[in-house]
Amino acid sequence: MIWNKNAECMSREEKEELQLALLKEVVKKAYEKVPFYTEKFDKAGFKVEDLQTLEDVSKIPFTTKDDLRKAYPFGLFAVPDEEIIEIHSTSGTTGTPVVSGYTKKDLDIWGECAARAIVMAGGSSKSKIQNSYGYGLFTGGFGIDHGAKTLGATVIPMSSGNTERQLKMMEDFQSDILTCTPSYALYLAESLEKKGVKPEEISLKAGIFGAEMWTEAMRSELEEKLGITAHNIYGLTEIMGPGVAAECIERNGQHIQDDHFYPEIIDPKTEEVLGEGVKGELVLTTLTKEGMPIIRFRTKDVTALRKDKCPCGRTTARIDRVTGRTDDMLKVKGVMFFPSQIETALLSINGLTANYQIHITRPKHLDVIEIKVETSPELFTDEMRGLDALEAKIAHKIQNTIGIRVNISLVEPESLPRSEGKAIRVIDERNFD
Amino acid sequence: MTVKQISVFIENKEGRIKKAVNAISKEGINIRALSLADNTKYGILRLIVSDNEKTKEVLKAENFIVKETEVLVVGVKDEPDGLNSTLEIFENANINVEYIYAFVSSKTDEAIVVIKIEDYEEGIKALSKENANILTEEDINQL
Repeated sequence: MIWNKNAECMSREEKEELQLALLKEVVKKAYEKVPFYTEKFDKAGFKVEDLQTLEDVSKIPFTTKDDLRKAYPFGLFAVPDEEIIEIHSTSGTTGTPVVSGYTKKDLDIWGECAARAIVMAGGSSKSKIQNSYGYGLFTGGFGIDHGAKTLGATVIPMSSGNTERQLKMMEDFQSDILTCTPSYALYLAESLEKKGVKPEEISLKAGIFGAEMWTEAMRSELEEKLGITAHNIYGLTEIMGPGVAAECIERNGQHIQDDHFYPEIIDPKTEEVLGEGVKGELVLTTLTKEGMPIIRFRTKDVTALRKDKCPCGRTTARIDRVTGRTDDMLKVKGVMFFPSQIETALLSINGLTANYQIHITRPKHLDVIEIKVETSPELFTDEMRGLDALEAKIAHKIQNTIGIRVNISLVEPESLPRSEGKAIRVIDERNFD
Repeated sequence: MTVKQISVFIENKEGRIKKAVNAISKEGINIRALSLADNTKYGILRLIVSDNEKTKEVLKAENFIVKETEVLVVGVKDEPDGLNSTLEIFENANINVEYIYAFVSSKTDEAIVVIKIEDYEEGIKALSKENANILTEEDINQL
């Protein structure tokens, strides 16, 4: 099933024509209505008329997260405040929060994009969606909610947390689609297992998971433990929230709704636009947003863009699974790697779970990585040398993946903090003073 | 003739041993013998208890990883050469001892030794030939 064949199966030519027309409109509006863009474009010497082809997009200056922070709270709104009917915000854990405002039309478009995502995962107006993303300033809960309502599906607005009740509703209401962060989905799966509930005893058919990075190995684990197809969904507060891109049943990259968002991949250092299939930083421009148009936003998400037609029939461009953030990249002993690489290495060992935590310290001016890994009944042996061998095996596997030596510490199952939102994977206690 | 011992993974963190022991004793289970093998990061708590099933159940409920392992329990003379002569039996039979720990009971003059070896068939054969006192689960329950 395809929710909006017109938009999702449009030929590339038609799509590019539409994108250019919308880009011209949004760039002009941003320049005229938002002083931030007026100043930015003028300073960069960019004139609205300079935008004649899609190649010209590279002439427009970027917008960064810092820019959005400086505009806190409503500095980037392009409409009078009273036209804004919903506001979302980042948590602000890494600095001043970033606020996003939506008009009625913006919410309709958000609902449309999220509905496309739900249908891509096999959903329909008959679906019962257990929405376990947090409801609130965070875009997750409301984004899926808007999509479910556009679709006419039943939404069970669980929000995150209260695991006992989540499991009860899952069984009693026979929800068939679960939406939450992948780490919370895993926690729910483990809790079901502990209760002795088998995948065939619940009605879940699909999961739509996002808001944090995860891996293919985690996907297999979720699919097996919950008896579902697990779909990656992409979104960000600055642009829209979940639904910007999502995976269809092929699960070969996330279809980006490129009639509403214009994607580019750039080299994060040279800022040069990269070609199809080349990994780099994702840059997004909102094509239709009224409340807060965003021009060439540097997402810091590392991915690649693909424009070939998907076997599912959709022609929308696809982005690869986000494998890291340009600012999440860890640099230890001069070597760069992403936490997700460690996760992949761990999950390649039978019996290990994706529950780990990376501790980086710097005693005596030398970086040391310790990785705490939860052990499991399958891997536990009664002999110390058996456990020592297991630690060595894990260390070896990770060393092969990232190229540097790590120390492994086995910890008890479920002793690492599980968050109901995003899992804390890295604790960097290095002090460079 | 082997006996089932309970092995528990213990993270080197404050209060974990107490938590395990507390969970067991709360259920009225008697710990007959105990040993801890450890390194700086974690350890293995090994226990001979009065009720294995119940012990596994309560420890699992507290999120501990629990395993049952086979061990030999042997009564040796509680005198200077007691343990030595038992170990000699294994040595002469070329049987590798993985680990060993001992306890005493007021109900017997013998010291009770828990032994983990690789090959129980050979081990039991060697002990029986020397008339060593191999204890069964019932024997232990009498102690």
